[in-house]
Amino acid sequence: MNDEELTSLPASGPMLTRKDFVSDQMVRWCPGCGDFAILATVQKLLPSLGHPREKYVFISGIGCSSRFPYYMNTYGFHSIHGRAPTFATGLKCMRPDLQVWVVTGDGDGLSIGGNHLIHALRRNVDIKILLFNNKIYGLTKGQTSPTSEVGKKTKSTPYGSVDYPINPISIALASEATFVARAVDTDLNFLSDVLSRAAKHKGSAFVEIFQNCIVFNDGAWEEVSEKSMRDETTVNLAHGQPLVFGKNKNRGIRLKGWMPEVVAFEPGKAPSDLLVHDEKAPSPALAHMLARMERPDYPVPQGVFRCVERPALHELINGQVAEAKKVGTPDLQKLLRGGETWVVQ
Amino acid sequence: MSGADIVSKTNTKPKNQKQETAEEIDSVTIRFAGDSGDGIQLTGMQFTTSTAFAGNDLSTLPDFPAEIRAPAGTLPGVSGYQIHFSSREVLTPGDAPDVLVAMNPAALKANLKDLNKGGILVVNTDAFSSQNLSKVGYAASPLEDGSLSDYRVIAVELSRLTANALTGMSLTKVQAERCKNFFALGMMYWLYDRPMEPTLRWIEAKFKKTPLMVEANQKALHVGNAFAETAEIFGHHYRVKKAPISPGLYRNITGNEATALGMVAASHLAGIELWYGSYPITPASDILHELSKHKVFGVRTFQAEDEIAAIGSAVGAAFGGRLAATGTSGPGVALKSEAIGLAVMVELPLVILDIQRGGPSTGLPTKTEQADLLQVVYGRNGECPVPVLAAATPADCFNMVLEAFRISIKYMTPVFFMSDGYLGNGSEPWLVPEVSKLPKLQSPVLPSKEQFKPYQRDDATLARPWVSAGTPGYEHRIGGLEKQDVTGNVSYDPENHERMVRLRAAKVNKIAQEIGPTQVLGPGTGKVLVVGWGSTYGAITAAVKNCQARGEPVASIHLRYLNPLPPDLAEILSRYENVLVPELNMGQLLKLLRAKYLVPAVGLNKIKGQPFKISEIENAIKALIAGGKP
Repeated sequence: MNDEELTSLPASGPMLTRKDFVSDQMVRWCPGCGDFAILATVQKLLPSLGHPREKYVFISGIGCSSRFPYYMNTYGFHSIHGRAPTFATGLKCMRPDLQVWVVTGDGDGLSIGGNHLIHALRRNVDIKILLFNNKIYGLTKGQTSPTSEVGKKTKSTPYGSVDYPINPISIALASEATFVARAVDTDLNFLSDVLSRAAKHKGSAFVEIFQNCIVFNDGAWEEVSEKSMRDETTVNLAHGQPLVFGKNKNRGIRLKGWMPEVVAFEPGKAPSDLLVHDEKAPSPALAHMLARMERPDYPVPQGVFRCVERPALHELINGQVAEAKKVGTPDLQKLLRGGETWVVQ
Repeated sequence: MSGADIVSKTNTKPKNQKQETAEEIDSVTIRFAGDSGDGIQLTGMQFTTSTAFAGNDLSTLPDFPAEIRAPAGTLPGVSGYQIHFSSREVLTPGDAPDVLVAMNPAALKANLKDLNKGGILVVNTDAFSSQNLSKVGYAASPLEDGSLSDYRVIAVELSRLTANALTGMSLTKVQAERCKNFFALGMMYWLYDRPMEPTLRWIEAKFKKTPLMVEANQKALHVGNAFAETAEIFGHHYRVKKAPISPGLYRNITGNEATALGMVAASHLAGIELWYGSYPITPASDILHELSKHKVFGVRTFQAEDEIAAIGSAVGAAFGGRLAATGTSGPGVALKSEAIGLAVMVELPLVILDIQRGGPSTGLPTKTEQADLLQVVYGRNGECPVPVLAAATPADCFNMVLEAFRISIKYMTPVFFMSDGYLGNGSEPWLVPEVSKLPKLQSPVLPSKEQFKPYQRDDATLARPWVSAGTPGYEHRIGGLEKQDVTGNVSYDPENHERMVRLRAAKVNKIAQEIGPTQVLGPGTGKVLVVGWGSTYGAITAAVKNCQARGEPVASIHLRYLNPLPPDLAEILSRYENVLVPELNMGQLLKLLRAKYLVPAVGLNKIKGQPFKISEIENAIKALIAGGKP
């Protein structure tokens, strides 16, 4: 197997199973933490992607989310707070044959790591970034994060947070990300489909996962994650399909001017002017608008907001190297001699 | 030729020598100075190339202002370039210039105090307008008020002469004015009997796309040269014989160029492609620029979004089994400290370049200093040892950066390579090494899958195995949390933590076995031992040699390994009555030596953003010998 391409396992021969991806370390998340479900989903998904196990690398920063690599029986790197995308960039560019996943959280990825997230996405580094958003800092025992709501009372904000939250999907889109998606830690089939698509995308794949921190922010996503509620409070995005939601498929989204509005109709009698999702639209404007749909006014969109093609960083960097090698020869002696030389007898 | 029109204001006695007579001199130091927009660096570099071709030994010191283009004619805008060349060994760019070429009043004001009394002062009188004079606070023109009576003033109407030389060519006034550098250069070439061919060739190549400028610049050079001879403004000219340099093929090289070439060589000799993650910062940016040209060698350069991303990307590349480096100056090292700590904990190979500059904080970006030593030896949380290597001269940067890569791979550790603005931008002749004679860089052999444990150590080096991510059968996780010995699992066990802290320290200390015997310049015992590191090599060596020539009981050593220190150092230090440590800081190597060896070493400390003068070190040695303070 060479270093240039991410190889696939041959069609016949031993196939990997979920067990192959379970490490020997005891999982130490709090009982009931949403991270267990995400871990299980990833461990179940990876065998189906068809790459040899050694080709997967999980890189994390710091936080509960970032303990993830220790529980995967793959190459893993638990790095420093907010900086995982930087390690991932150097690794993927020098080793395009690896499939590199970055696991981060709302604090690690949007607070200290905000800058690196923006640049990894704009460079289209071929990494799969999973941002577990629980709207809190769990590992350090309960402080506000950049996605916590105004007024949130925590140990560091006993009078209520005064900071306005930011929206991870909006940040990703503003950073020119070529693949942006969202899923929730209670709908695992849906999550698996989204992750599968992220894995197959050539370039940066950003996935926000609504995750429940059972100890420090329990129920933060209840309205959109509970099975009994989510049909009415979320809308699934599907390319080429109109935005329809509700248990009875009796509500939809259409544009009024340039803003979305919720409309109700009889099941089966959807109006013809419902907004049709286009994940391939060259402009991120539609995706941006969808990203702004929040409770209580709108159902929260889930699924792939945007999926466009652009060369990945490693292709561009390695392309320039390949070009240089085509037109020149690496003559180190010539390089050392440089331009002007003289001989002393 | 309008030479006859020029009134030459010289204070020497009337000459009765013919113009053909050349006075032979041993060595001379020339400083070119002018506005940032005047092309002073270019002029200086050309003179340097020509001097190298003339066979002299040389050393240079460019002196640029921090701002890109300060207002024309002002003091902050003065840019300088000093070159010391000789028929004997040259170790420094010269304590003080014998010749000052001042292109405008600001250049004169900023540099006159450094010119040796009786020195030659070449001035561009066309720039001495009342406006330019008042810009820098001259009430009257120094050319007229007798204030320059201590010097041999050669007043030249450089702009007018250049314009005259180029009449008939279809140049604008501005274009003709820009050629005055080459006119001045031509004059200086005559004064010191320098070959013109290298500069003529350079002009040809540089202005290839505009044949008019090739012709204009070459003409200005020729005419300036002829003018200096014919106009009899200098009196006579000088010859500086070839220096006794070891035979071989030479080129001129700056420290930053040597550093970049050393990195390409390391990649070639290791047979592993190189990733260089960096962020622009003075005076290290040139290394990024130089490396970015060499993609044919498989070198990937990455201009990261900040210093931390730069080092992060490099550590990521190392995790992938590739050669990795990051380069910066003092402020960047500060930003990278957390990531360096991670590299120490995950024990991956990495070279970190620190091209030091004046600090603290933003400090003096274009001035030299060596005040990062304690930062690189200690500046991380916890017990976090990192080996530190330092180059002694511009060309030595090649050797020491190569050594840094060798050590980082062999011992599985980040390694600091220390240089500074003076070495980085200064230049000297370099005997080009034969690639076939350079040592190969070997990675240790990987244990078998069955025997592999992520933190099992080699007995000789205490290094753990370097597994490239993606190697089947060796899957493991690394990270910044404390590791269990051998297995590499996360561990908070108290006994294990102490064991690991001591193991990491022992591994760095083991590197001492790589350090050859310390070379002592001079007697094995005596009154004074001078100990230096980094760019003070030239000034210290010259000072000590001067003292030794007078029979003074002094010796010197120069350290290129700062952590660990050489194993024979304790014994060497004990053989001298006094230990003097000249440093461009407040006493950092001094602290390390005193702490480790319990010697009452004393420092000579200069923190002016300028290198030591040879005389400063000589005086300190003399004082110590006489029983006083340095």
